[in-house]
Amino acid sequence: MNKARITRVGAVAAATALAVGGLTACSTGGDSGGDGKVTITWWHNATSDPLKGLWEDVATEFEADHPNVTVKVEGYQNEELQRTLIPNALRSGSGVDLFQAWGGGEIKDQVAAGYVMDISDSAADTIDAVGPVVSGWQVDGKTYGLPFQYGIEGFWYNKDLFAQAGIDAPPTTLDELNEDVTKLKDAGIVPIAVGAGDKWPAAHYWYNFALKSCSPDVLKKAQSQLDFSDPCFIKAGDLLQEFIATNPFQDGFLATSAQQGAGSSAGMLATGKAAMELMGHWDPGVMGGILKDDTGQADATPPSFLGWFNFPGIPGTDGDPTAALGGGDGFACATWAPKECVELLEYIDSESVQSRFGEIGAGIPVLPAAASSITDPNLQQVLAGLQSASYVQLWLDTSYGATVGGAMNDGIVALFGGQGSPEDIVKAMQDAAATL
Amino acid sequence: MSTSTITAGSAVHAADPVRPRPRKRRFDVKSVAMIWGFAAPALVVYVTFVIVPVVLAAVYSFFNWNGLGPLDRFIGIDNYVRALTDPTFLKAIGNNLAIVVLSLLIQGPVAIGVALLLNRPLRGRTLIRTLIFVPYVLSEVVAALAFKLILQPNGPFDAFLESIGLGGLKQLWLADQNVVFWTLFFVLSWKYLGFAILLMLAGLQGVPDELFEAASIDGASWWQIQRHITIPLLGPTIRIWAFLSMIGSLQLFDMVWVLTGGGPVNATVTMATYMMQYGFQRSQLGFGSAVAVILFLISLVFALLYQRHVLRRDFEGAVGRGA
Repeated sequence: MNKARITRVGAVAAATALAVGGLTACSTGGDSGGDGKVTITWWHNATSDPLKGLWEDVATEFEADHPNVTVKVEGYQNEELQRTLIPNALRSGSGVDLFQAWGGGEIKDQVAAGYVMDISDSAADTIDAVGPVVSGWQVDGKTYGLPFQYGIEGFWYNKDLFAQAGIDAPPTTLDELNEDVTKLKDAGIVPIAVGAGDKWPAAHYWYNFALKSCSPDVLKKAQSQLDFSDPCFIKAGDLLQEFIATNPFQDGFLATSAQQGAGSSAGMLATGKAAMELMGHWDPGVMGGILKDDTGQADATPPSFLGWFNFPGIPGTDGDPTAALGGGDGFACATWAPKECVELLEYIDSESVQSRFGEIGAGIPVLPAAASSITDPNLQQVLAGLQSASYVQLWLDTSYGATVGGAMNDGIVALFGGQGSPEDIVKAMQDAAATL
Repeated sequence: MSTSTITAGSAVHAADPVRPRPRKRRFDVKSVAMIWGFAAPALVVYVTFVIVPVVLAAVYSFFNWNGLGPLDRFIGIDNYVRALTDPTFLKAIGNNLAIVVLSLLIQGPVAIGVALLLNRPLRGRTLIRTLIFVPYVLSEVVAALAFKLILQPNGPFDAFLESIGLGGLKQLWLADQNVVFWTLFFVLSWKYLGFAILLMLAGLQGVPDELFEAASIDGASWWQIQRHITIPLLGPTIRIWAFLSMIGSLQLFDMVWVLTGGGPVNATVTMATYMMQYGFQRSQLGFGSAVAVILFLISLVFALLYQRHVLRRDFEGAVGRGA
């Protein structure tokens, strides 16, 4: 029964707040007494190895270098951390010092509420070393967090199925992509799997059409001012509508999940039931996990037939054909955190830690000097795409924040479901922006 | 239980309105201390985790608040206006009401029928009762995930249909916007029918055998006995079940969230999933709170009206009169 659901949600929130308050009592971060001893509470979203182990090692090493610092490092489930734990801790003004920061609209809201430490000066060297991807963690020209990984998305495709359909090279323009879709269908192969049941995987098609139809300046303005008046945003919807009309996706895509089990879009690509999936750099890892569960073999690896190409460009539009859409994970220090928090943040982005991050194959390190540490061939392909991109845009939903992002994603999914129009998507975004 | 004696006592007095209530004003320190001693811990927990959050939600609902920073943007009833003019939220209310009505019209009669059948001497009755109750015992999330896998395109359910020669009935059970609501209702019925049947069976145990004997001596057929004796005497149970079913349908969340997430394209959105979507996923806590308050008020009005007009006679101990 769902009796008292509302109150239960409230109760859980209250209980969490109490628990968080309780934590604080014994772990007051910030500057403590005269002995100079400080504790840094660090919350991240790595709940399994190898990344969880790496963060624990980093904490231990940092403590060894800074005898006055104790680092309490804790990994939490991602949504729980993002939606409940961090907002509650920030609101209570204590309990966490160094926390996972996803960038974009979210950190903008946290900064506006005065919770996040400005590290523009204190971490200036590291900010320079990391380069342009820091922009997702910047608000009004000041830096409030540092990413430790940044990857881009593109089509992961099955080289064997492409060969079977007589395609010799991945497409570089939208027309070529459409031709390949036709060839795959003629060969009896599902061209593209999309996990529209999770909404965002479908929404990413519109993001890419917008990325390849709008000029970088328009996109930057949209991000900073939530101004979506440029006609290229409607154009993106028109292009998407035309693309959906060619029927490139699997049956029942509206209810398909992206990452759960062999029936998900990642599962379909991994098991050869679809030829392509538009997804981030983490997709091979997800596919490896699904194959592990599916075959029961603990040493199952991502399929060897995988290739990668960026979303093709659209000639005749303002969009930059090499532009890439991506996102990353970072950390930020709370305003009340001890100054050592920034040192720990810089240590996480040091070459030593970043190289180890690349070696364990957890993702793509942000430090260019650590790029050579990537040994995973799939990640190497994504890295090549990232390096050849002249403009990198943060995921649009992250970039515009949860409120506008949610309205945008719902509007796009409706278009996938044959409802609404390209104009409706833009209107929903503008309406949502008006409620902020 | 002391409460039942009090209720019974006041019912007796209510039947005799002229006589003033006897006043027992003896101040008994010991019993007062005992009452508070036992009630206080529960009361503190209840107030902290139920009353305070409800009041806080009501306060938040008048603010434009994203969950961060101070509550300083009072916007009056704008959140309520926005919710009640949003077609998606109106659709959510419609879906909830449809599930309330369908549950009452379909689950109720089926549950009564099965309970009547199972109440007769039957080989393997205990086993059948257990099997019927199993879905209710299953965690809602587990059940929803299982159905999500079973109902995926060309999944086990479609394979089953094909194997019995009904392949033509195959649907995109969870992906077709015109089918998914009925799929959801079927899964809900599968899940909650066992509970309804169990309640009805328990109610049937309370019907005295003597009535059946007397009726059959008078020459009543099985159907007449069910129609004129069993079902009227089952009245209180049916009314309580209907109450639980309505409140459960109005606050429906877990099953929908896991099975469809309210989709595709809001085809199965409910008030609770809408609240979750806006309150948490879109971090509009003020607006989400307004939705929560609306959901609370709708449930409250339903509950009060139902108690006032339907359950009242049960509370007055009218079981005998109902027959």
